[in-house]
Amino acid sequence: MKPAPFEYKAPDSIEETLTLLREYGSEAKLLAGGQSLVPAMNFRVVQPGALIDLNRVGELVYIREEESVLRIGAMTRERQLEFDPLIPKWSPLLEEAMPHVAHPQIRNRGTLGGSLANADPAAELPVIMLALEARLKVCSTSGERWVDAHNFFSGMFTTDLAPDEMLVEILLPAMQPYTGWAFMEVAPRAGDYALMGVAALVTLDENGVCRQARLVYLNGGDGPVDAKDAAAILKGQIPGDDVMESAADSGSQKEINPFGNVHASPDFQRHLARVLTRKALQEAVTRASKDHL
Amino acid sequence: MSQLHPVALEVNGVSYTREVQSRLLLSDFLRHELGLTGTHVGCEHGVCGACTILFDGQSMRSCLIFAVQANGHSIMTVEGLASSHAGRPEEGLHPLQQAFWEAHGLQCGYCTPGILMTMIPFLEQNPDPTEDEIRHALSGNLCRCTGYQHIVDAVKLAAEKMR
Repeated sequence: MKPAPFEYKAPDSIEETLTLLREYGSEAKLLAGGQSLVPAMNFRVVQPGALIDLNRVGELVYIREEESVLRIGAMTRERQLEFDPLIPKWSPLLEEAMPHVAHPQIRNRGTLGGSLANADPAAELPVIMLALEARLKVCSTSGERWVDAHNFFSGMFTTDLAPDEMLVEILLPAMQPYTGWAFMEVAPRAGDYALMGVAALVTLDENGVCRQARLVYLNGGDGPVDAKDAAAILKGQIPGDDVMESAADSGSQKEINPFGNVHASPDFQRHLARVLTRKALQEAVTRASKDHL
Repeated sequence: MSQLHPVALEVNGVSYTREVQSRLLLSDFLRHELGLTGTHVGCEHGVCGACTILFDGQSMRSCLIFAVQANGHSIMTVEGLASSHAGRPEEGLHPLQQAFWEAHGLQCGYCTPGILMTMIPFLEQNPDPTEDEIRHALSGNLCRCTGYQHIVDAVKLAAEKMR
């Protein structure tokens, strides 16, 4: 058999899951969609003593809108995010990114919470959550706390979660008016890990001046990379070609630190980042401007 | 550790009950426990798509699911494809399989079961796909013979037959 032996627990409530997590601590791994964990177990790179399977915890599956926020349960499948009508309404950036998240067979099983807790620097969803300033609800038997996306990702496959904690809910704030968005990536084949990718959000005022911007990169370091200097270059400016070029220069040359891989050198990744940033900003600005018409 | 877990599931309309180790992959369960060797295993880490099955009607990699997780669920493998097509069971092939036959959509055939099980829900959701959409939908399945052109032709032909 491929994976090493492990104890298997399949709780059917959050409460039961948290009790098990407290009991097993770092010996256990939570099993969400398993689309990254199971390959690692098949290679025996990961050999947890126990798996706590979340697939029977129905209360972790939902997409609910409230007055000013969208709440998403951690075990919501990626495929559901791709097709739920609330996603384009609340977060067109997430809608745009979904088809890039691996293949349909993977999205049918993979979950939002699983992807975030896995914190793969090449993954799309952590980038999108950072760009959208999502807030994450984390629970343990001792209570709950909320973590901002930018404090949640703390390094290569590393998050702020303690061994006895689990990610329960993702909260997306409403997008500000006059905000344009774009997500773009380059991958060798559709659904493969991207060599480089960027999410852009641009908010304009009534005169077309950028009030706020955000550029977040995948595969640009050991986690999703928030290019704050590039955003600062855009802020207060009418985002013409020159301004976008400077932002792209800052993001791609100074703020990301790509490692390179078998398909692309770091230089090529920086080149992709520059081109993608320019294109994504143009698209985001065009969409933001449409709101004024 | 090697404690056994009961699993009751339906595969191709037949109910099975078995006891399995937690670490048994669904792909290995189908092949070794049930003898349904039509589901192939290639990479066993979710890249090649050869082991794709329908899990409650949705295409998934059976090498990335533990058999114990299929408890209470309904699976369809390539063996169930022909009989799932109501009306013409006497002909023995689903129109998708027939199209692969006619358009020479397989060479060695290793990737074929995974591709068929990926294309079933794809063609249900998109009965008249463009070539681009077909290639996109096939991107999660590797053909080691690299016979993609005929696979694309076969899917086009299948879409016509199934409309």
